[in-house]
Amino acid sequence: MAAVATMPVSDLLKSFKLKTKQQELLIRVSILCLVYILAFITRLFSVLRYESMIHEFDPYFNYRTTLYLTQNGFYDFWNWFDYESWYPLGRIVGGTLYPGLMITAALIYRILHFLRFAVHIREVCVLTAPFFASNTTLVAYFFGKEIWDTGAGLVAAILISVCPGYISRSVAGSYDNEGVAIFALLFTFYLFVKAVNTGSLAWSLASAFGYFYMVSAWGGYVFIINLIPLYVLVLLITGRYSMRLYVAYNCMYVLGMLLAMQIRFVGFQHVQSGEHMAAMGVFFLMQVFYFLDWVKHMLSDTKLFQAFLRITVTCAVAVGTIALGLGMLSGYISPWTGRFYSLLDPTYAKDHIPIIASVSEHQPTAWSSFMFDFHILLFLFPAGLYFCFKRLSDATIFIVMYGLTSMYFAGVMVRLILVATPAVCLISSIAVSATVKNLTVLLRSKNKGVQTGSTKGSSSSKASSKALLDQSQPFQKNGAIALLFGAFYLLSKYATHCTWVTSEAYSSPSIVLAARGAHGNRVIFDDYREAYFWLRQNTPPDAKVMSWWDYGYQITAMGNRTVIVDNNTWNNTHIATVGRAMSSYEDEAIEIMRSLDVNYVLVVFGGVTGYSSDDINKFLWMVRIGGGVFPVIKEPDYLVNGEYRVDKGAAPKMLNCLMYKLCYYRFGEMLTEYGKPPGYDRARGVEIGNKDIKLEHLEEAFTTSNWIVRIYKVKPPNNRW
Amino acid sequence: MESPIRATRILGFIFFSLLFFVCRSAPSHNLLISNAERRIDLTSHIVKVYLTLKVENAGSTPTSEILLAFPPTQVDHLATVEALVTKGKRKKTTLVRLDVKPTELPDVPNGNKYFTIYLANPLSSGESTTLEVLYMFTHSLEPFPAEIGQSESQLVYYRDSALILSPYHIKQQTTFIKTPSTKVESFTRVEPTNRAGTEMKYGPYEDHPPYSFSPILIHFENNSPFPVVEELVREIEISHWGNLQVTEQYTLVHGGARHKGVFSRVDYQSRPTLSGASSLRQLLARLPPRVHSVYYRDEIGNISSSHLRMDSRKSELEIEPRYPLFGGWKATFVIGYGLPLQDFLFESSDDRRYLNFTFGCPLLETVVDKLTVKVVLPEGSKDPSAVVPFPVEQHLEAKYSYLDVVGRTVVVIEKKNLVPAHNSHFQVYYTFKPIFMLAEPLMLASAFFLFFVACVAYLHIDLSIRK
Repeated sequence: MAAVATMPVSDLLKSFKLKTKQQELLIRVSILCLVYILAFITRLFSVLRYESMIHEFDPYFNYRTTLYLTQNGFYDFWNWFDYESWYPLGRIVGGTLYPGLMITAALIYRILHFLRFAVHIREVCVLTAPFFASNTTLVAYFFGKEIWDTGAGLVAAILISVCPGYISRSVAGSYDNEGVAIFALLFTFYLFVKAVNTGSLAWSLASAFGYFYMVSAWGGYVFIINLIPLYVLVLLITGRYSMRLYVAYNCMYVLGMLLAMQIRFVGFQHVQSGEHMAAMGVFFLMQVFYFLDWVKHMLSDTKLFQAFLRITVTCAVAVGTIALGLGMLSGYISPWTGRFYSLLDPTYAKDHIPIIASVSEHQPTAWSSFMFDFHILLFLFPAGLYFCFKRLSDATIFIVMYGLTSMYFAGVMVRLILVATPAVCLISSIAVSATVKNLTVLLRSKNKGVQTGSTKGSSSSKASSKALLDQSQPFQKNGAIALLFGAFYLLSKYATHCTWVTSEAYSSPSIVLAARGAHGNRVIFDDYREAYFWLRQNTPPDAKVMSWWDYGYQITAMGNRTVIVDNNTWNNTHIATVGRAMSSYEDEAIEIMRSLDVNYVLVVFGGVTGYSSDDINKFLWMVRIGGGVFPVIKEPDYLVNGEYRVDKGAAPKMLNCLMYKLCYYRFGEMLTEYGKPPGYDRARGVEIGNKDIKLEHLEEAFTTSNWIVRIYKVKPPNNRW
Repeated sequence: MESPIRATRILGFIFFSLLFFVCRSAPSHNLLISNAERRIDLTSHIVKVYLTLKVENAGSTPTSEILLAFPPTQVDHLATVEALVTKGKRKKTTLVRLDVKPTELPDVPNGNKYFTIYLANPLSSGESTTLEVLYMFTHSLEPFPAEIGQSESQLVYYRDSALILSPYHIKQQTTFIKTPSTKVESFTRVEPTNRAGTEMKYGPYEDHPPYSFSPILIHFENNSPFPVVEELVREIEISHWGNLQVTEQYTLVHGGARHKGVFSRVDYQSRPTLSGASSLRQLLARLPPRVHSVYYRDEIGNISSSHLRMDSRKSELEIEPRYPLFGGWKATFVIGYGLPLQDFLFESSDDRRYLNFTFGCPLLETVVDKLTVKVVLPEGSKDPSAVVPFPVEQHLEAKYSYLDVVGRTVVVIEKKNLVPAHNSHFQVYYTFKPIFMLAEPLMLASAFFLFFVACVAYLHIDLSIRK
């Protein structure tokens, strides 16, 4: 694309009397600037449509902690024990989060205030993700330049700036770890590849620091610490071992590991956890390799060396296996975690960890969402791989491995499409750039053949050889033009698709719901904030709110009240207790609620508005998770012939459990839709089965204007005579 | 054990003797009120009292000061006192506002507090004049029962005296009390007392000596919401580039009977007149004309339920809190808007500039417990001084906004217990040199210039050690 743009613009630039090299630099810099701006503004749909607000669930926790960090300083943040979540356990926030995002935002905030820009911390948080997305385009450019050429770099920057797979996690307001982590990931990879290519200590040191930033920002750093050893191993096997690789890997690994240990949440995992052992194994392998190299250099006799090699390799492997085995047996090295297993075996979570399987973004990816997130990149990716294999180098091997492994993970979990996106963009950019370059070279060589000597006599010998080739195939020029137009058409389709996806699918804050009214006007359902603000203003400051874990972060951040469980799903038993309370009868549930000191219960109900991701639809997961810990709760009790229903034919336990009662309390009197009986649930399209609901231990405290959030108060125990 | 009792007795004795002494030495016996009519309006939560006094100078010396007395329980809730005198005769009457100032008198009975009305022309002996006095009380309706359910209506107590408290002898007086509806649970009778419709009439009472008092208690229905702004911070930021930015932070509470028990959305939606009759559903703010970029939000984001209506004389902003406010429920929110500067900023004769802006709270029928007005002057302005038509507390602050180096001077004005009657204009005078307007653009321009120079320098300097 850059090459296409050069032709008309170059005439214009001639009038400025610039040298060709300067022209090229000017065009390159201006394209990069435009891409930088584009990447930022394409992510602002949600701010323009709604407002400058934090989206979804996890970002609210990040926002709350950032607020705490800016108000109380770093040490308080680091030692923060949060009483407001996981009541009565609490949470050691400083030791159980990746602080990179918060520190980044707080730092930006400080710098802006130092420069006397009186912005609010919320604005900084909202715009952090787009800002880092812009930075990622720059990294993509340099990365592309490193593995292929400048053209590929520019195309990579353009592709990644609008790619929906990345935009999905980096729109304005999506203040989540991934927003900065993808930047950190790509930056670390870029620095490492640069270090491998140059063999320079400086670059590998830089990549160690990039890795440190990545570790501080996101749990996905495990991908780096496994991919890089794998890459090194592949290089060793393919006989590409070099001193450059030795320097790059050792420096990066040792320093990166030491730096990563400074993050409290990660701690000594680099030497103790099974997931990090591959890197250590490869580290020792590198030493063995180096040693052998040295011995080979010293020994002139090849036969002797062969024998030595055999003995050394056997010893090294044996020692390694024994060490690993001992470590595992003694419990010093922890085995792989469930989350790691679920990545290697997609069916694992469904059978063993319902809490992971219950999250929609942990589901295996459908083909349609690949198409949705990658569009033409899905076809360009294999083409790019072809070009990479055609010109194998240390750098292209890296990007191929990154592409293939991340594509596999993207297939396992929807959210990991994000990790694959930079690789897919880079490899596709190689395909686009290489194709367009070949085609334009064909076109230009013809032109130059005509006007040689007049303007640019100094054109390369390659061009003239192409000109010769051109004469042999008469239709080649037309074909090239057609193909160029085809490429241009595809790329413009990609641009429109990306914009459409961004505006339609990824720019909704999910706190505020928008729908079309009967007259085509926009109707806003702001019920979540209505309820959270009510909690914040009109309940005692020490009130404890019980809700399903999805809403925990939002309640603490917006409602400023203590919750029993939240989105940091670290204690499965506690969540199961809440699930059990929700799926028990009211008099059983009240015992659980009293033991947890609950004052208010919050449920989300979409029966009036037809909002489908409500608690009734999530209810089976509560039963499953509750039943996983407390066998009293049995899933078949809530189903009729394996079917989940809420109407008259529903199971009796279903009709009388706490969740059903709280959602449908007095809903039987409500006329939701014209021509339907009262108590018609619009989210599920049925008339509810139990219209006469009496509550004994709870009372309705607040219901939002569209009934989406309902809050109940736990009554104090009755006075005894 | 005995000594404390004796001490109280002695103290009591001293107190009574003092009281006796004080009563005898009550001021200005030479004035008397020949006719007094009082109308008390209880329809909203702000109690408005209109008092018409016919004052006669029965003494021998002319006097220009007339005292108004308030019992200590009322004076804490007293928001404003105004006095007007009618001038001219028959049809050509005009009302002239008189100075009213709180006065401390040395010996007063029962801890009463006084306000002095200063007449423009002294009242000479034998003359009489008619005064119109208007005063307002806030927080004077006590909900009883103090807690009500969603479907109950709000009943309140009002306490006052059937006789007007005055340091003067009143020959004849009548009191009319207006209630919002005909539903009155009970009221104290001080004969003659009548009730007709929404009005109650106490009196006429003849010839009562100074400081006559006869407590009455009225228990009636008042279903109007009681919007009370516990704290309001108004920040008015002047930009000489042509904009006046106003930001108002409200802490609103429904000051009526506290909500008790269930809040049922079904009842509230299906029977709006019966259920939650006293709940606060919406508020109306009256803003100046030509207002622009209005926003309405709170700590967690924008609140979408607001409407703005504009015409050439005023703008009306109708806002709904996120949820209906029942008694005791709170909501905090922020309203902000921009205004064209030329409507409010003027140059005075001595080459100073002054801002002329309304003081009080733009919400209608709202009590403000504490108001802080902060006028943020542009950077580089000097000698600020504020002119406010009533007593306030003032001090100066500094604020750092975008690209400020030395900070902006902020004139902070504080006042407690405000009613809509306080929405009068106030002025802030200051001097400002227009050259300061260019400081920030120049700073930005030079920063960019330096950045480009640095870029050029970087591209042209070879920093490598090796050649």
